[in-house]
Order: sequence, then structure tokens, then C-alpha cells
Amino acid sequence: MFGPKMDLSVLSKSQRQQKILARIFVTLAASVLVLSLTVIFVLLVRLFLDGTERLHWDFITSFPSRFPEKAGILSAWVGSFCVVLLCLICSIPLGIACAIYLEEFAKNRFYSPFIEICIGNLAGVPSITYGLLALGLFVYQFGFGSSIMTAGLTLSLLVLPVIIISTRESLRSVPLGIKEAAYGLGATKVQVLRHHLIPYSQSGIFTGVILSLSRAIGETAPLITIGALTFIAFLPEPPVMGSFPFVNFNWVWESFTVLPIQLFNWTSRPQAEFHKNAAAASFILVCLSLLLNSVAIFMRQRHNRKKYD
Amino acid sequence: MFKKLKDASVEGTLFLSALVSVSITFAILFILFREALPFFEVVSLKEFFFDTHWAPTFYPPRYGIAPLVVGTISTTIIACVFAVPSGFLVAVLLSEYLSHRARSILKPVIELLAAIPSVVFGYFALLVVTPWLQSFFPNLQGFNRLSAGIVMGFLILPYMASLSEEALKAVPKHLREASMALGCNRLETALKVVTPSAISGISSACILTISRALGETMVVAIAAGEQANLSWDPSQPAATITAFIVNLSKGDLPHGSIGYQSIFAAGLVLSVITFSLNIMAHFFRKKFHRRYV
Repeated sequence: MFGPKMDLSVLSKSQRQQKILARIFVTLAASVLVLSLTVIFVLLVRLFLDGTERLHWDFITSFPSRFPEKAGILSAWVGSFCVVLLCLICSIPLGIACAIYLEEFAKNRFYSPFIEICIGNLAGVPSITYGLLALGLFVYQFGFGSSIMTAGLTLSLLVLPVIIISTRESLRSVPLGIKEAAYGLGATKVQVLRHHLIPYSQSGIFTGVILSLSRAIGETAPLITIGALTFIAFLPEPPVMGSFPFVNFNWVWESFTVLPIQLFNWTSRPQAEFHKNAAAASFILVCLSLLLNSVAIFMRQRHNRKKYD
Repeated sequence: MFKKLKDASVEGTLFLSALVSVSITFAILFILFREALPFFEVVSLKEFFFDTHWAPTFYPPRYGIAPLVVGTISTTIIACVFAVPSGFLVAVLLSEYLSHRARSILKPVIELLAAIPSVVFGYFALLVVTPWLQSFFPNLQGFNRLSAGIVMGFLILPYMASLSEEALKAVPKHLREASMALGCNRLETALKVVTPSAISGISSACILTISRALGETMVVAIAAGEQANLSWDPSQPAATITAFIVNLSKGDLPHGSIGYQSIFAAGLVLSVITFSLNIMAHFFRKKFHRRYV
């Protein structure tokens, strides 16, 4: 597999053992890689086969129902869309601002190690813990109830570390020469940020945003904790109105369901017919997240290539 | 003058958003403590830690956290027994054996595993892996730890692989060159020179992977069942701390009821464990960084 095949008989015994050991090692590692690929492949194929009966247009345009063959994901995907939109609106500015502060302003101060620990810890906090925080803080303390608003805020806490980390990494990748040249010409810190650092690290930041989008779409546990419903047979109020003032933000206060919760509900039912719905919804969800991640990977590699040129 | 004001206001805004992010850690601890405190007025700490049954919403209620902790640890062990060594193998392969080009293709492929939502992995564990395992072990229950643990292993494999790959790659090249010059082959170099030099980075990766497995929710909530029982048997159903929280919040959970308080008490235990693991991992990583980066 690696390099030309060697005739092992010309080697001494210990050399031969070394060679064999090396081959076993590489084979094992390669088989883990192959196994992981197989799992992704089997997962996709099984989801498609199990859900193929349901994968048609009506599935996307109908509400959930007691009858598995009539049940669809309309309220679920609309809910997912609203929640993720709100999540990104909250988390992108906050995450980028925090990353810029940490990277450009708070270097080597007496409190920086402490901030590092806090941010590093946030990335490792289990998602369900954010759900508990949101249940205590947003649902009861702030009185937001189990609304789209609560869900959006919860998910934005969850994806905040992803955005912070990727933004910091891309800020760090800006060559020092660019910064020094700008400072040398008399630019202020804010000018250097606006005209050099942020434009240069744009694609890295965007990659982080896409990764967090993909994470937010698939997240289930914290939204169950804040009390998302599983059976929603209506859509949130439309954000545009025919009359003055034309926009309407009532939708953020409505109860909701999201795609992962809908499919969790279908999976946990005993009837096998509902499992087909779960498979179809899973298939759609997996395709969406794989697509988003591929975009992120593609962007990262393009960015990296640009850097090395 | 105006420029200075502008700079200060920008810095102020940025500082505020950093403050918000940092305060989340404290908000988590504060809320968990505040909501769990009434629980510990009803339940003594002795009962909480030493009772062997967990049934806070039944009558008579029992409040021993041990079955949930055992459930969490047993599924985590199954997942990590698979994921930690395999992740390490993949990391060595990626950083020591493959060319830059092959690595840039294969690493994203591994990371795609992490992209699949965990609820979908739950479906996979319950309806694909469990029936498949049952054809080998006929006495495996419909809900069991084995299948949930194995599937969770695939879920956390990418974390282990990419974190330890980063640690291995940070080891300076001259160490490898010296080892090769002394006549070691790639495997010896990787295992006897590079790995020991990166050991604190790899430990940090290990700890973060374990912490991720402890906090993983949907796979165990779907595939391991809801029954909290004090057993280490992988063929039996189990409730983990996370699965308990999810299963209880699925139903109606009135604010201030003992059920509501109990999910915060359980969450507090989980957070104390994961927080300490994360901080431990942080210090390992820092030690490693001081040395090489």
C-alpha cells in the first residue's frame, strides 16, 4: 500500500518483525478509515431505502398527523428555519466581536488565561447543559416561554464557541507583515481591523458560520429541554403584512417544533410505519448537514491554498 | 480626538461582547445551583449519592443518582474503548504516513462523521445497529448500552482523531528527522519519538473526547432506553444523566416541581464532571503549547 512491496526474506528476524508490525499498524489505521466511510455510506443508504416511500413533495408540504402516511414536516422545517435564522442573527455579531476582542485587544493581560479557560470550557460544555441554562434563564427568569425566541437564543449560546474559535484562528492566520505595514503607515487599531484584518479573514469567518449553521440545524437535546412541542399543526405568523407597519415580529414568540425533534418523536414511536417518516426526515436532515459541511470544507481548503501561494 | 473616541467606543463594544461570552460559564453554574438548591432541601446528600434507585417522579420517590452515573459511565466506556484507540490510529496515519494531499482529502472525510446530527445516529443505533447486533447476541435487549455505545464511538471518533492529529503535527520536524537518521522506521518514529513528545496534547484530546461522550445525549436517549438500573451489563438498557433529562423534559414539567428540580440536580452532577475534565484538558494542552508552539 505504501511504497513498493519488499521481499521480507532478505531481512533479519527483528527487521522482519518490525516490517510486519508496521504493516499491521497501517492496515489497522486504514481499516478504521474505511469503517468510518462505510458507516456514513450505510447510514445514507439505509435512510434512503427506509424513507423512500415518504420522500415526495407532500411530505414537505404537510403538517404532522396521527396517520403516518399523511404526516409531513412542514411545521418542522419552517420551525427549524426560523430558529436557525434567529440563532445566527444573535451569534454571528457576538461571536465575531468577542473573537476580535480576545485576539487583538486582550492578548497578554493579567486576565487573559482566565478568559481562555472560560471560552475553552464553553466549547466542551454538553449541549444539554445549555438547554438547562436556557430553561432556567430564558424560559422562566426572562419569561420568554417555549418560543422561537428562546430556541434561537439557546442555539446561539451553543454555536458561539464555534464562531469564536474559527474567527480567532483566521485572525491569527493573517500575516504579521500586513498588520505591521498598516501600523507603520499610522493606522489606528480600528482602522487596521476594518481595512485589513477582517477582510483578510473573511472566508475563515464564513467557514465558521457555515459550520455553526450545520450544528444548529441538527441540535435536538437543548430544544427538548426548553419544552419544544412535537405536534404543531400551524405555521408561525408571517413576518410581512399587507398593511402598516408591514413587518411583524410576533412569530418569534410562538411555539415551535424543529426537524430533529419531529424525527426524534417519530423514531421513539413503536409503530414501524412512523419509522419510515423518521427515516425520510433523517435523510433530508443528513443531506442538508453534509452539504453545509462540504461547503465549509471546500471554503477552508481554498482559503488554505491561497495562504500557501 | 474624534478618532480616539471612536477607537474607545469600538473597544468598549468588543469588550462587552467578550464579557457576555465569558459570563455564560458563570450563568450556567449559577442557574444550575439556583434551580437545584430546592432539590437538596428535600433530598439529603447522603440519599442522593448512596441510594441505589433513581425514580424522582414515582411514588414513593427515590433519589439515588448512582444508576444514572453508572449508565453514563458504562456507555462512555463502550464508546471510548472503540473511539480513543481508533482515533489515535487515524491521527498517526494522517500526520505521520500520508502526504499533504492525501491528508487534505481524508481528514475532512473523517470530520463528516461529526457533521451527522446525533439524533440521526440515534435512529441508526436503534433501528439498524441493534437488530444487526441481535443476530450475533440473541439475548441483547431492544434498548441496550452496547449498540448506543458503539454508535456513540463513531460520533466521537472525529474529535479524537483531529485533536490528536493536531497534537502530533505540532511536534517539531527535527525530532522526526533525528529519529529517522538514527535508523528508526516510520512506525518507531511515530510511536517512540513523536507520540511521547505529544503526550500531553494527546491526553488533552483523550479527556475532551471522554467529556464529549459523557455529555452526548440523543444517541443514548433513543437507543439505550429510559430505565435507570444499577448495572454494568452492556446488553441491558440504561438511563444516562443526559437521557434522563431529555426524557423528563419531553413531558409536561411544571416549574418548581420535584421533577423540574431533579433535572437540574442531575445536570449539576454532569456539569461538575465535564467542567473539571475540560479544565484538566485545558491545562494539558497549555503545557503542550508552552513546549512546542
